[in-house]
Amino acid sequence: MSNREATQAKIHELITPFNVKDAQLSDDATFMGDLEWDSLTVMDFVAAIEDEFDIIITMNMQAEIETVGQLVDAVEKLQDS
Amino acid sequence: MTDLLSKFDPLINERETLLSTGVRDPFALVMEQVKSPTVAICNGKETILLGTYNYMGMTFDDDVLAAGHEALDNFGAGTTGSRVLNGTYQGHKEVEQALKDFYAMDHAMVFSTGYQANLGVIATLAGKDDYVILDIDSHASIYDGCAMGNAQIVAFRHNDIEALEKRLKRLPEEAGKLVVLEGVYSMLGDVAPLKEMVAICKKYGAMVLVDEAHSMGFIGENGRGVCEEQGVIDDVDFIIGTFSKSVGTVGGFCVSNHPKFDIMRLVCRPYVFTASLPPAVVATSAASIRKLMHSGNKRAHLWENSKRLHLGLREIGYTLGTPEAQSGIIAVMVEDMMQGALLWQALLENGLYVNLARPPATPQGMTLLRCSLCAEHTSEQVGEILEIFEKSGKQVGAI
Repeated sequence: MSNREATQAKIHELITPFNVKDAQLSDDATFMGDLEWDSLTVMDFVAAIEDEFDIIITMNMQAEIETVGQLVDAVEKLQDS
Repeated sequence: MTDLLSKFDPLINERETLLSTGVRDPFALVMEQVKSPTVAICNGKETILLGTYNYMGMTFDDDVLAAGHEALDNFGAGTTGSRVLNGTYQGHKEVEQALKDFYAMDHAMVFSTGYQANLGVIATLAGKDDYVILDIDSHASIYDGCAMGNAQIVAFRHNDIEALEKRLKRLPEEAGKLVVLEGVYSMLGDVAPLKEMVAICKKYGAMVLVDEAHSMGFIGENGRGVCEEQGVIDDVDFIIGTFSKSVGTVGGFCVSNHPKFDIMRLVCRPYVFTASLPPAVVATSAASIRKLMHSGNKRAHLWENSKRLHLGLREIGYTLGTPEAQSGIIAVMVEDMMQGALLWQALLENGLYVNLARPPATPQGMTLLRCSLCAEHTSEQVGEILEIFEKSGKQVGAI
């Protein structure tokens, strides 16, 4: 498994408890549209991601992240830096 | 042509649906007469005011009014200018001196509103590569200050000490960091654990700003706020406050002991590029602030009112935002906007005004009726308030 695949698998795992709509987790799936998350869910989920990968996803970055794939890429990038 | 207002259609529709049921618009109340800090005439009816933030009841204080009349006569209706040009009168220096004396701090800077104080100070302190670490439930003026300064925003869960520390720990050591906290959070009226949080900020080399808008004049031995009450005022770098609550006028301020603080007067755009407060406003504010220094008895009475109303509302069967009275704000939780609007209207028709608060102002999508007490509410008025809440709650099935 490549690094990205490992990150993706971990992120999918972390999404699961919040995925009450049982949406398909493709890279194109959107948090607002497909997963139907509100701002409170987003906050809890972001905190879970941050704790797992020991990173900070600022609100400025969060505004740019709309899909699961974009989140995987962002987490990859933040881990490298 | 794209109608730029069409983005607000969902809100327009929601309002139309609500108003078509016959309820009065909760965001369009007019006070036809204001008789005292606690009573006004609304829709021709005498109404007890329980949603004004007029915590210390200074709006009709004799000494405050006298100072205002004198300034109006001697200095005119307005300054027509910026603080850094023709808009600094004797009165502006006097109100800043009153603030320095009130807080026992070296510097004070007065803005035209509290919103502008947060906007200006945060935007000026935290620039593009700096981090602002804030509580997720922070006031709109704090978020707007972050956006205006283009800072990197890191939010943490409301009042969560561990979440704050985790985030500070992960930020680059060399980066500029401003942690923004509020003494009292205005929606639920709950108090921040400033003692622990300020210590953590110092540990990680972050500067700390505390917004004491809802605690000034009331909380702390000298009314300096939650940071005084919790013994950390000397470790806080900046305190932001407002004149439009306990002081009873309008305006905002920042006080600090930072030796370079005065440069803010030249670089803070919401301070420079707006007209200064009118002479009567700075004069009434200075008089009020000086009286608030010696208002221990009023503070005690306000606490009594707050504790009694909190207990009474719980006994009637309401769910409140805090387990006990923590400030002058008591938030009555309701199920949704419809129930909130119905209860709000029933209260008003029975002679009581409170604030109806809804998202996005409220946390976690809540709708609530926010009550703010005044030191001038008599014991009889608090009793009457409880009776109106019981009667109205039963009328609309909220209890």
